[in-house]
Amino acid sequence: MKLSMIKKFKDKKINSFLLWGLILTGIMLLIVVIGIFWTPYDPTKMSASEKLQGISLRHILGTDNKGRDIFSRVMYGSRITLGIACGTMVIGAGLGTILGAITGYFGGFLDEVFMRIVDAMLAFPSILLALVIVSLFDSGNIVVMVALGIAFIPSFARIVRSEVLRCRTMDYVENARIQGASDFRIIFRHIMPNITGVLWSSVLIGFNNAVLAEAGLSYLGIGSQPPYDSLGNMLSSAQQFMVKNPICVLGPGFAIVWMVLGFSFLGEGLRKKA
Amino acid sequence: MKKKVWSGNVARRGLAAVCALAMTATMLTGCGKKKEDASEGSSAQGTAAQTSSQDSDEVFTVGIPQDLDSLDPHIAQSAGTREVLFNIFEGLVKPDEKGNMNPAIASSYKISEDATEYTFTIRENVLFHNGATVTADDVVASLQRYKDTGASIFETVDAIEKVDDSTVKVTLSKPNTEFLSYCTVAIMPKDTTDAETNPIGTGPYKFVSRTALENLVVEKFDEYWDVDNAAHIKNVVFKVEANPDNIVADLEGGSIDMYARITSDQADQLSDSFEIYEGEMNLVQALYVNNAVEPFDNELVRQALCYAIDPQEIMDFVSGGAGVEIGSAMFPSFDKYFDESLNDTYNQDVDKAKELLAQAGYPDGFTFTIKVPSNYTPHIDTAEVIVEQLEAIGVTAQIKKIEWNTWLEDVYNNKDYEATIVGFDASTLNASSLLYRYTSDAHNNMFNYSNADYDKAFATAQATVDEAEQIKYYKECEKILSQTAAAVYIQDLPSFVALNSKYTGYTFYPLYVQDIAKIKLAE
Amino acid sequence: MKYILKKASMMVLTLIAVSILVFLAFNLIPGDPATRILGTEATESQLQLLRQEMGLNDPIYVRYLRWIWNFIRGDLGESYSYGSVSALILDKIPITIWLAIMAFFLMFVISIPLGIFTARHEGGVIDKIVVVLDQVIMAIPPFFSGIIITLVFGLTLQLFVPGGFVSYKIDFWGFIGYLVFPAIAIALPKITMCVKLLRGSVIEEISKDYTRTAYSRGNTTRGVLYRHVLKNAMIPVITFMGMALADMVSGSIVIEQVFNIPGIGRMLLSSINNRDYPVVEAIIMGIAILVMVVNLIVDIIYRLVDPRIEAIND
Repeated sequence: MKLSMIKKFKDKKINSFLLWGLILTGIMLLIVVIGIFWTPYDPTKMSASEKLQGISLRHILGTDNKGRDIFSRVMYGSRITLGIACGTMVIGAGLGTILGAITGYFGGFLDEVFMRIVDAMLAFPSILLALVIVSLFDSGNIVVMVALGIAFIPSFARIVRSEVLRCRTMDYVENARIQGASDFRIIFRHIMPNITGVLWSSVLIGFNNAVLAEAGLSYLGIGSQPPYDSLGNMLSSAQQFMVKNPICVLGPGFAIVWMVLGFSFLGEGLRKKA
Repeated sequence: MKKKVWSGNVARRGLAAVCALAMTATMLTGCGKKKEDASEGSSAQGTAAQTSSQDSDEVFTVGIPQDLDSLDPHIAQSAGTREVLFNIFEGLVKPDEKGNMNPAIASSYKISEDATEYTFTIRENVLFHNGATVTADDVVASLQRYKDTGASIFETVDAIEKVDDSTVKVTLSKPNTEFLSYCTVAIMPKDTTDAETNPIGTGPYKFVSRTALENLVVEKFDEYWDVDNAAHIKNVVFKVEANPDNIVADLEGGSIDMYARITSDQADQLSDSFEIYEGEMNLVQALYVNNAVEPFDNELVRQALCYAIDPQEIMDFVSGGAGVEIGSAMFPSFDKYFDESLNDTYNQDVDKAKELLAQAGYPDGFTFTIKVPSNYTPHIDTAEVIVEQLEAIGVTAQIKKIEWNTWLEDVYNNKDYEATIVGFDASTLNASSLLYRYTSDAHNNMFNYSNADYDKAFATAQATVDEAEQIKYYKECEKILSQTAAAVYIQDLPSFVALNSKYTGYTFYPLYVQDIAKIKLAE
Repeated sequence: MKYILKKASMMVLTLIAVSILVFLAFNLIPGDPATRILGTEATESQLQLLRQEMGLNDPIYVRYLRWIWNFIRGDLGESYSYGSVSALILDKIPITIWLAIMAFFLMFVISIPLGIFTARHEGGVIDKIVVVLDQVIMAIPPFFSGIIITLVFGLTLQLFVPGGFVSYKIDFWGFIGYLVFPAIAIALPKITMCVKLLRGSVIEEISKDYTRTAYSRGNTTRGVLYRHVLKNAMIPVITFMGMALADMVSGSIVIEQVFNIPGIGRMLLSSINNRDYPVVEAIIMGIAILVMVVNLIVDIIYRLVDPRIEAIND
């Protein structure tokens, strides 16, 4: 049955990147969604008698140093990582798009000032910017999400701004203006629909960067609070057990790789299709 | 310079010097620190260290959990720094592994009947690392310098006088039988100005170089006065291991030979080429609650927590069952003060806990936040187990990891917290270093604990000269703490030390000390 | 030349914006540096005295100007725990710079031949393998590959000693030797992106008219490739490499933690932990300046490689 499905995909001219992207992302999303309602074990339930077990039927990814089931924890941790990445995109892409569209459309002095700020922010690698924001405020999932979101605003603002600049002089915008459409309407009803393609591919790339940045930050111990660890957190605390229990690091590590790989295949596939 | 004076005050005022905390982290000590030449100095000296290491066999590398906050022993605050500086500096007296105070730079001492006058005879022919002989002037200058930093344990010191060339007398404003244990204050040459970059002491090891964030290099002091206790290994490096997750890999890989205070899980990961020494950390680990905030201002609630939490289960998870249960603010190696019966004031009883909560007006439990310093795994692990245990009585605890300096500022200084998990150690060998902080007006009473009976018992103990009598009152204090559930006392954490089997001789102290002089090559 | 001047002045403008952002961020956070230094039990008069001495009572623009002026002169202030920030940074910066240079070197020598090779053999077995492998490696975060490298090459094969860092002042080649594996961990994702970019860009150029014309004139494949195709194909790659260099510096923040290297990244983290803001400010400004300078250099190289851009811009 699966073979026929693959064939069907092929018939629809879906390239193998897209196919594998859909498969990887699909499985990952499925596991995360299932994890909301059910995990094999309580991800925070400790068991002194089952510390640092290897792979077994009971614990398919083994257990950590407190006897917690790693697979359940990966399910939970993926949800946190994914959630933060989504939030980051909502803030980053959302605000970035609005700011980019407005400044690009109106131009002028405001635009100049804004672009200098954007340039200034782009001089900070996103993980550094997030680190600074976290250091100024506090640690925690929400702060990390907002911090990464802010760090992602400039790149989106820039992309959208240049697209809006390109569209501003086009005929259909002129037409709309002649018909008396308000600026607001022109931006969001006429221009925006024309740049969604560009926006979507940026969102996919940005999403991956957000996952990697969150993993990096939580590896540094910033963000989620125990016992509700995200993947990077799990990875750093498992590092000390990797000599005898490599599965402790491989489990959460490959979960990150899986997640990023899925989205990058999707992005690659969509790009090829276009 | 004005700044210099401040930096002293900083440390003392801000951080309440009676007891530095047994936590592995650097402390913020202030703006006056002058270390600008550290990097230049170390480059030249680093090369020197290398040349000298070539003509001896081996360099012994000790991993330390954080960079030193200062090389000036009178200013250094963090316990992690003091345990390293122990190898370089000595006081008039020096503790040994049994907790006795042995004469060191003083060859003998005399305490007056009323315990207000301490007279020290300076040992002859003790040499500083720079070759100078220790004189009474050096001793007076060092003690005075320490007092000038505003150290609260020297608050009652009225006068430090040189009686003759080999005698120094310290006069106290009120009797204190425990003052001798404070006389471990480092003795330095009287003209010391650059202790920060060039610390000179009398200990078994002398300073060679320091590189910020990297290491401290020391070398055996060949003219050490105490020949019987001289160092065995010539070159020693204290290497900063900022990421605790790397310790196992670094030990196995061979870049460090020793690491004190690894967790039992880490110990299990190590191969046979390491000897694991097991001892106690000598600290009072507890779930400390802010006695002034709701709902912890209610004694019943605090007692309910005590009934809900089982120290043995915590030990099972955190350290494979090792550790010693405690029932009050005293750890077992302080034999004479420790009261084992207090361990049973509360034994885990979920029903009883729920009942107390209901009585206190919280039948459905409540939610609170535990702020835990993020750099110390056993405390975080303990917090995770406590969260699980409290769930059983309907209390939701949330963990919030915070940086050590944030902890100092928010929790320790500003008392802005509901609950926290740390361990308090005794910076000096006496009971008051653990118990003073519970008195109502203690400047370091971060618990906001206030109990008139306690204050009275503590004051009586302090004023008592007879030791047996004094112990009785201190035990009374401990009992009050236990019964009023000032905190949820958990355990004296086990201490696992990993030492490469090429070496032997690691010795535990009842204080926060790493005595490297005792380590030697295994036969 | 006019263009470069324009770009440079733009950069100065951006730099001013950066410095204002950084200054505001660290001066508007709650908390009084004087209280932080003196502790909570200091008296109000002591605090006032220190604030006066530190110039905290001056209006914010005066403080900013003083700060930026000192910064330009190379005086980065006093760390709360290590004395002069400038000396500290000078001591640590070679470590991170060497790490980045080595990673950059690895990226350069691996990705360019590989990119060209796969483009020339588009559709071949090796090309297919490389393309898939590229995507997979790209998905591995550097700290995870760092952990795997430690496990495999450090602990199992014992090719290096985990945590066995030696200072460049003591043993330079030992220092470089220790940085090889961390550099690989940083370089890996950049190598893959660079291969992908170069491959795509070469393929695109090959299919363009001018290449076809060159072929039809009887040029050998190799000649066309190096004389025309590569020159044009390198343009997007240069931009990428500039960005990658900057990324490598910030990427070392995490990698230094994995491999226990006491460089700028570790210093940044520990200063953040210790709330040693003068150090944090200096490092952030340093990285921002580095990123902008690299961008400027990329712009200049860009023009040298492809003079056509000048015509468009001027």
